Amino acid sequence: MVNPLSMTSWSPYVAGAGIGILSWFAFASADRPIGVTTAFKYSAALTEKAIAPDVEQSSEYFAKKNAEGKPPKIDWEWMLVTGIFVGAFISSTISGDRVASAVPPLWRRRFGDSVSKRRVAAFFSGALMMFGARLAQGCTSGHGISGTMQLAISSWIFISVAFAVATVTVWAIYGKEGADHV
Amino acid sequence: MFDSPVKLALGLFTGILFGVLLQKGRVAKFEVIVGQFLFKDWTVVKMMGTAVVVGAVGIFALVTADLASLHIRPALLGGVLPGAVCFGVGMATFGYCPGTSVAGCGEGRRDAMVGVLGMFAGAVLFVAIYDLLEPAINFVGDWGEITIPDITSTSPWLWVSLLVVASVSAVLFDRWYSRRNSLRLPHNIESPKAPL
Repeated sequence: MVNPLSMTSWSPYVAGAGIGILSWFAFASADRPIGVTTAFKYSAALTEKAIAPDVEQSSEYFAKKNAEGKPPKIDWEWMLVTGIFVGAFISSTISGDRVASAVPPLWRRRFGDSVSKRRVAAFFSGALMMFGARLAQGCTSGHGISGTMQLAISSWIFISVAFAVATVTVWAIYGKEGADHV
Repeated sequence: MFDSPVKLALGLFTGILFGVLLQKGRVAKFEVIVGQFLFKDWTVVKMMGTAVVVGAVGIFALVTADLASLHIRPALLGGVLPGAVCFGVGMATFGYCPGTSVAGCGEGRRDAMVGVLGMFAGAVLFVAIYDLLEPAINFVGDWGEITIPDITSTSPWLWVSLLVVASVSAVLFDRWYSRRNSLRLPHNIESPKAPL
């Protein structure tokens, strides 16, 4: 039998079902839905507190979170994010599915070879994405998977609007020319 | 400052499995995410759809058996709507979402690594200007932590059943449609990208 970890890909249905079952495990074992971006916010808040300790008194953010009994900390989700990195590293190393090119081919067709251009765009689009996720209190995982499976109104609204906006943006960037070269 | 060691270990364990599933599911890749929004690669929809349907059945079974409780984010439209717009533009340009960008880092993708630094910067900005944002977020009002069964006064199982029926129908239609197309166009090369 072939070791499944040595395969470069699994059926999206198999991987998806695995994530569904992993959600049961997260709810049952840790009483938490799978999510990613709260961990980034906690890291940011802890960093700001380390640099400027009095921010905890002056900022409404810290006052509110402390009052809710949810002060920023290294928590279950923080370790989950660490685990995602480790898991993807193990999986891609065993299967040899690791990339060399610094600029994705589709991006290169549209914007050229420049590595720095791609990285500047990645930095600022990553920042914008995270800012949006914190405004909405969730991302593709927290809202798109964990929230929709709980039938949350906020999550169905978020993922519909986010994917619609992403579709318009991608077509504005790459257009039909790009779509023909995926 | 820290969760209990058991909880931290559980988080790491869950995360490692999540990372393997994201990587094997091929969603840690720029071209798969952008390909979905260009309607050329349906991996993201297939994977998310399956996760949501399988997850919903188990979560509501756990809740019915009193073994788990729901964790709903509030329907705070002043945050959710502008948040979704920023998120959509950011994800489309970046080519990864938050979880898959971390998995992309694990796969050795340098653009994902730079983007994750950007994500940290975005989180720092959010926390730093939160006091300014809060009135705007709360301006439209908060509907609270509500679900579709709550506002329709129906059983969650009605909606879970609908999700199951809709997703099974979608898979059957997809199979029928691609078989029909491959019969009609014998020279059409099957896409190697989305293994079933």
